[in-house]
Amino acid sequence: MSFWTRHQIFEKNSVILIAGILVVIAIGGLVEITPLFYLKSTIEVVDGVRPYTPLELAGRNIYVREGCYLCHSQMVRPLRDEVERYGHFSLAAESMYDHPFQWGSKRTGPDLARVGAKYSDEWHVTHLTNPRAIVPQSVMPGYPFLAQTEVDTAVVADNLKASRVVGVPYSDEQIRNAVADLKAQADPDNVGTDAFAKRYPKAVIRNFDSKAGAPTEMDALVAYLQMLGTLIDFKLYNEKANLR
Amino acid sequence: MQQSQCTKWMTHGEAGLMLFFSMAAFVCAFAAAKALDAPFAFHASLTAVASGVASFAIMNRYLDRPASLPPEEINGKPNYNVGPIKFASFMAMFWGIAGFAVGLLIASQLAWPALNLDLPWTSFGRLRPLHTSAVIFAFGGNVLIATSFYVVQRTCRTRLVGDLAPWFVVLGYNFFILIAGTGYLLGVTQSKEYAEPEWYADLWLTIVWVVYLVVFVMTLVKRKEPHIFVANWFYLAFIVTIAVLHLGNNPALPVSVFGSKSYIAWGGVQDAMFQWWYGHNAVGFFLTAGFLAIMYYFIPKRAERPVYSYRLSIIHFWALIFLYIWAGPHHLHYTALPDWAQTLGMTFSIMLWMPSWGGMINGLMTLSGAWDKLRTDPVLRMLVVSVAFYGMSTFEGPMMSIKVVNSLSHYTDWTIGHVHSGALGWVGFVSFGALYCLIPWLWDRKGLYSLKLVNWHFWTASIGIVLYISAMWVSGILQGLMWRAYTSLGFLEYSFLETVEAMHPFYVIRAAGGALFLIGALIMAYNLWMTVRASEADIGTELALQAAE
Repeated sequence: MSFWTRHQIFEKNSVILIAGILVVIAIGGLVEITPLFYLKSTIEVVDGVRPYTPLELAGRNIYVREGCYLCHSQMVRPLRDEVERYGHFSLAAESMYDHPFQWGSKRTGPDLARVGAKYSDEWHVTHLTNPRAIVPQSVMPGYPFLAQTEVDTAVVADNLKASRVVGVPYSDEQIRNAVADLKAQADPDNVGTDAFAKRYPKAVIRNFDSKAGAPTEMDALVAYLQMLGTLIDFKLYNEKANLR
Repeated sequence: MQQSQCTKWMTHGEAGLMLFFSMAAFVCAFAAAKALDAPFAFHASLTAVASGVASFAIMNRYLDRPASLPPEEINGKPNYNVGPIKFASFMAMFWGIAGFAVGLLIASQLAWPALNLDLPWTSFGRLRPLHTSAVIFAFGGNVLIATSFYVVQRTCRTRLVGDLAPWFVVLGYNFFILIAGTGYLLGVTQSKEYAEPEWYADLWLTIVWVVYLVVFVMTLVKRKEPHIFVANWFYLAFIVTIAVLHLGNNPALPVSVFGSKSYIAWGGVQDAMFQWWYGHNAVGFFLTAGFLAIMYYFIPKRAERPVYSYRLSIIHFWALIFLYIWAGPHHLHYTALPDWAQTLGMTFSIMLWMPSWGGMINGLMTLSGAWDKLRTDPVLRMLVVSVAFYGMSTFEGPMMSIKVVNSLSHYTDWTIGHVHSGALGWVGFVSFGALYCLIPWLWDRKGLYSLKLVNWHFWTASIGIVLYISAMWVSGILQGLMWRAYTSLGFLEYSFLETVEAMHPFYVIRAAGGALFLIGALIMAYNLWMTVRASEADIGTELALQAAE
């Protein structure tokens, strides 16, 4: 029996054809995806990466909602020009608490993986409200409504809780104090700032939009942008230990 | 006679679906009342209303219909089910124009940012997923469902399985599109490219897709032909694999069952790998395997020639589906994805060139002995040019997956240009060709209202595509080179902003190309509309015979 005659078994049985398709398409996915969950070298061992604060997470959710990832990558490649333009190339460890990842696929605007602490809060607020007020050639949309919208505090704790279920190591204490922490981070005069700083060491506490009152979506988004790429101290990072 | 006397009963499907939709209406009304955010309340209300309407429509249809369901055969010929196909074809045209129009708008926003209007629901970031989903899933998806239901019936010589099930598939799928599309405008997205819909839309799509698979496979099972026709292998691979990809990429935990927000189960590097395993195979199985099925039925049919090589189609089929699934990591070259995965992705992407061109050769060579028809039949010309575009973009793709090439092309407009040579040239043209064939067949018309208008469509759209992809080649390569340019003193030569400024003329040309493509689609819609509206006298009697072939 020739090969072509043998093939008739697939042409004459729809169930066998389905089984054949399933087997053939399963192989590539299994080989490429499963090892990423057990090979220890997949994610580097580093100090400093922590879960997002409630305010940063709220900002990240706005980043996702507005589709920022469609024009801004968060992934510096280990190429000479990128490392000089943006900073140290991105590590897998830096996005290990990212659900979903925001590496992006297009740079209509610049990469944002290391944008944190590069510009002032005021620059970000002005730029987000009207990009062309500060960068005349920019093609970015304006987001004036962010400054006028308060962060929805009703779901803050639930956001942390859901994140914990999918693998982000938030403690019970962090979840319990989520709303208080969110308010404290955006207000240096808040009574809760010390407790917040204990729960999220080295997180920045500032009134990001420099407006009095409850934290706005602008506060949240700027807080998120200002921490991007700042968690790892690359002076102390041991590159050789993580060669792979 | 006996049949007309028997008492009328609801089928299990009618009773079950009525019960399901009545319950769904109540559950969704309850969810709307408890909703934590406005978009969720809107979607729950919309679903409650739609479920109520569906339940009412099923009852109404039951009361109006004769006691017995439509027969499997009339005078020994299969009684094909065309209603759901007509609906999906109509929706394909509708969503196509909507999707192209949004594409034109966002292309213009990149050239003239004031068009973003600084409102949440008109900004580029929310409209871009609307564009991609409208053209891929709404336009392409409806074309695939319409043609697959048509082809599976004809090539199996049997009526589609189910009475309400095919309607459930087409209506349910379009309702998914409605929920997904309005969601993007309201900021409901999980931000995974081409898989943006949130958890509840994903769940609904899963149900619809399983029914689609069941209807398709059960129709194959009761076929009157010994062999399953090659187009159906491709449709089956498309339906099965999209189900696997959808389930693999979308497991998410809703923050609340009364809210739209969810967190995806995968994180960081694993999420990236899952996403591009999905993303590239949305291209491979939705935009390629599904449309290759169209090629394998409509080109032989229109050219009135058999498929060039049966053996090539077997090799083409298995090699294509085996190799495609590996190609995802080429979207993640030089990222934090481990090198071994990147290398695998690149290797298989290059190998993928071979089966892709095998398919192209099989499609083009089907015209052996019928090449003269290209001069006289603009519909066939559209189908053939689509295969040529398929060949071009499946050469460009493997080339761009080579790491050194990718280091230049990635993150630039070259990617956008590549996607559009495939999407406009291949998927667009093969769909247009299929619809130009299908509409007269479905409505029993002798032919199209005007072949001259098809010709106009062909040339307008072709010029549009050429403007689009050449503008993107130039802007992409230009920007990639500017990013890495150094001065003689060893400093980066250009700021990022200077590279943005340099893009402007090409963005204007791209928008012009998109406008031409949209105009072509409007010409097509008019032509098809006039074809359907053609007077009774035009209805061909010989078409009934042709349809039964």
